[in-house]
Amino acid sequence: MERYYQPEIECASREQIKAWQDERLVKQVRHVWNNVPYYRKKMEEKGLTPDDIRSSDDLHKLPFITKADLREAYPYGLVAKPLKECVRIQSTSGTTGKRVVAFYTQHDIDLWEDCCARAIMAAGGTDEDVCQVSYGYGLFTGGPGLNGGSHKVGCLTIPTSSGNTERQIMFIRDLSATILCCTPSYAAYIGETMKEMGLTPDQIPLKAGIFGAEAWSEEMRQDIQNTLGIKAYDIYGLTELSGPGVSFECSAQTGMHINEDHFIAEIIDPETGEVLPEGSQGELVFTSITKEAFPLLRYRTRDICTLTREPCPCGRTHVKMTKPQGRTDDMLIIRGVNVFPSQIETVLLNHGYPANYQIIVDRVRNTDTLDVQVEMTPEMFTDNMGEINKRQKELVDGLRSMLGLAAKVTLVAPKTIVRSEGKAVRVIDKRKI
Amino acid sequence: MMIKQISVFLENQPGALYAMTGILAQNQIDMRAFSLAETSDFGIARIIVDDVYKTTTVLKDAGYVHNITPVLGVAIPDVPGGLNKVLQALTDARVNVEYMYAFLGGRDVDHAYMIFRVADSAAATAALGKRGIKTVEQEEIDKL
Repeated sequence: MERYYQPEIECASREQIKAWQDERLVKQVRHVWNNVPYYRKKMEEKGLTPDDIRSSDDLHKLPFITKADLREAYPYGLVAKPLKECVRIQSTSGTTGKRVVAFYTQHDIDLWEDCCARAIMAAGGTDEDVCQVSYGYGLFTGGPGLNGGSHKVGCLTIPTSSGNTERQIMFIRDLSATILCCTPSYAAYIGETMKEMGLTPDQIPLKAGIFGAEAWSEEMRQDIQNTLGIKAYDIYGLTELSGPGVSFECSAQTGMHINEDHFIAEIIDPETGEVLPEGSQGELVFTSITKEAFPLLRYRTRDICTLTREPCPCGRTHVKMTKPQGRTDDMLIIRGVNVFPSQIETVLLNHGYPANYQIIVDRVRNTDTLDVQVEMTPEMFTDNMGEINKRQKELVDGLRSMLGLAAKVTLVAPKTIVRSEGKAVRVIDKRKI
Repeated sequence: MMIKQISVFLENQPGALYAMTGILAQNQIDMRAFSLAETSDFGIARIIVDDVYKTTTVLKDAGYVHNITPVLGVAIPDVPGGLNKVLQALTDARVNVEYMYAFLGGRDVDHAYMIFRVADSAAATAALGKRGIKTVEQEEIDKL
């Protein structure tokens, strides 16, 4: 049976959702116009006043906001509430070297935690569950967001934060944790460690996992589900918009429902900025319509995906986004070809290799080289050199047909690739350009 | 009829083999035969030891990927044409030899001992037996 945290919102009619968006967008535009000189200036440059935005149909008129704007306005330039009304900051992990600091009022925290609670209940969570939050706590939004959501659902919450994998496993077993929240790469590592300890899926009390904060493939999902004996749900979010819970997966596991009562999603052509029709692939753009302290209008996420409003068997009516192929920040351009680490991961898992891999990009005599290092496993090992070479060649062929370019595959000893307790560092780019 | 060879995955880089032999040395494991196959990136060390169980246990604890492969140990009369006769028996039985290597320091001066990895072990053992060529059991290794 599908469970909802706020059924009247999550299953509202499309007309109702549109009405909320219309009303809240108009109010939000006025709020930033009155309180954020940076936005007012951007709107004035386009000859806009709040009167031009009468409903969500006028959203496309507003200027975009990008990561560059966030940097320029750092730290207070986009804050729309007096600091004395703000109660928290969170910050991005700085994966791309550019930290973003986001501000929250108590109201903002409340709505964010509601979104996370929706995700936990969509994964089957109730107040009977024991929810272990193994996302990092602190500036990173993963831990605090899911922690708050777990409280709202009424789960017994274990705030382990990330790291100390043996202790994580001890708590899962001793306290019978039923839900695990962490990054997918950390879930894979916890699963690998449990397997080494001789634990089979039926000896692991977990039943569901809520994994996000990095791109992961469908194959990795299957892998984690099999190792831990759980159903693995994707969750999506950005610190800029609140944190995890901007969208989340339901039991259908076919895309993530965007919480449209808080965020309006658009898909644009990343080159022209033009809004694309439903079903097109493009860059995801969000407008937060309920946030008080740090409202972003038409924020370009650099995530590439598609949106669909087709009815979902789970009963939720909010639009679904596909798993982003990867953030445009993660995308590598190798010999002019766009490569996402998640594509490489898909090929590895399809060929029976583990999800522990490292991508090394270099430039040798003006040509880009792509080296995929993957760990040898007992399952893939044989005393027969010819057989190992054959499997290695099949992997190279698989990568070539997926990526459209030649990659080298290097087999390395087990455990030589560093395990991640948070966001995995998959790519080492040695090119000096 | 078979000997248990332990095959170990190693990276092809300085110190990789030394690290493995270090573990065997620490655990007082005696190697009786050894061969190395390699590519530019990795290698497979193939070893015959006095204590298979202990060796696989210490290798596993140290995180090595390895497996146990059944191989044939063959006593070859140490005279010109000795190996040729063995290979003729295998050829006549249409058994393919995947790889082979020599034993270390046999005490039996009349024979050279070699390890054969063949596609069909049963057929190979039968073909050698028919020609009166002796194969070696796991238990006999210590005496060689």
